[in-house]
Amino acid sequence: MSTMAYLKRSPWILHYDASSCNGCDIEVLACLTPLYDVERFGIINTGNPKHADILMITGGINELNRAVVRNLYEQMPEPKVVVAIGICAATGGIFRECYNIAGGVDKIIPVDVYVPGCAARPEMIIDGVVAALSILEEKRAKMTGNAQAKEAARQAAEAGEST
Amino acid sequence: MTWTWLIGAVLFLILAPVAGGLIAGIDRRITARMQGRVGPPLLQPFYDVGKLFEKENVVVTTAQNFYVLAYLIFIALSGALFFAGGDLLLIVFAFTLAHVFLVLGAYAVHSPYSHIGAERELIQLMAYEPMVILAAVGLYMVTNSFYVADIATTTIPAILYLPGVFLGFATILTIKLRKSPFDISTSHHAHQEIVKGITTEFSGSTLAQVEIAHWYENVFLLGFIFLFFAWNPIIGVAAVVVTYVAEIFIDNVTARVRWQAVLKSGWLAAVLALANLAILSYMMLGGV
Repeated sequence: MSTMAYLKRSPWILHYDASSCNGCDIEVLACLTPLYDVERFGIINTGNPKHADILMITGGINELNRAVVRNLYEQMPEPKVVVAIGICAATGGIFRECYNIAGGVDKIIPVDVYVPGCAARPEMIIDGVVAALSILEEKRAKMTGNAQAKEAARQAAEAGEST
Repeated sequence: MTWTWLIGAVLFLILAPVAGGLIAGIDRRITARMQGRVGPPLLQPFYDVGKLFEKENVVVTTAQNFYVLAYLIFIALSGALFFAGGDLLLIVFAFTLAHVFLVLGAYAVHSPYSHIGAERELIQLMAYEPMVILAAVGLYMVTNSFYVADIATTTIPAILYLPGVFLGFATILTIKLRKSPFDISTSHHAHQEIVKGITTEFSGSTLAQVEIAHWYENVFLLGFIFLFFAWNPIIGVAAVVVTYVAEIFIDNVTARVRWQAVLKSGWLAAVLALANLAILSYMMLGGV
């Protein structure tokens, strides 16, 4: 099972609008329409963090949704990646000096892929997700590696105790 | 001879997840084509379930895993009993018990979304249960047996005696296959409404078990459809295919209804079946 990597073939997405102007949101949703049809790659837009593998965030983080973004991120089971869509999600964009904006998504949670643009185009978003998939796969391999190392250590410890 | 029933059960337990997953894959492709899309690969449902087993298992209340496992086991058991040629009433009760476990699993956690999903699953149970029992009664009236082995080998064309029962069963089949307009508890297509209904708090391998149970369930239900046409296996298989494609079509052309309409539709289907059975018993008593 560990060598089979199904994760890349079935990435489920959680889309959150942090404080986007809706421009990038519309482009994210455009990816799901028949024209781009990301379900071709097994990508499904789920509304549930507990089912998601990729967190896509549009817009900069504001002071009111800091806790929400952190909560969503923490509810996602490992392995998971975060994709920041659009320039606001990367740096805060033109809103970066507003009194209520904390900045880009990476001020709150670790970001794996930045998709630039205002608004980010659907092709760019799909490229970003594809880049995220290889990071997701790395994280999965690392996670299984860690679990196996832990199991081996446990067995070694048990063997040590019995002799 | 005494062991032949076991073959059906074992074959079901091994092959039903494969068949169920393939059916789900074909379903998703046909759905995509109906919407003018290319759709996912045929084996996508297997990738999804394989992926879920690779994920971290996040569990808040450990009891939920036990209930979901019980759901999977009882669904598999009711299907195995069915393909072993067992008693239809026992199968229906095991099938209901399985869903009770799923509801308990959703109630075991402290999420309001999960609870709404569980309540809606109970409403679905209330909606389809009378019809499922009436379908078993109807098949008994025609074939004089509750045993699937006898019903499946009968030479009587049950569908000609039970058209109302079949239509009623096809109606509640939409609820059971979790398809629109009746997919109120899992929010299967409305991905962002009441989060994800009854499966909200299930993730990783637990969600994979729910999915595999659904594959078992679908194969069992299609087997039930076959019983109405069992006197001619070729027509039977064709009827199963036509019914399933019709369900996919209905899924794509209807919007979801409210739970009141689900309950009404389920019971209306049961009334239709009851009328069918009343006429049938009148004819059998020599009324005509």
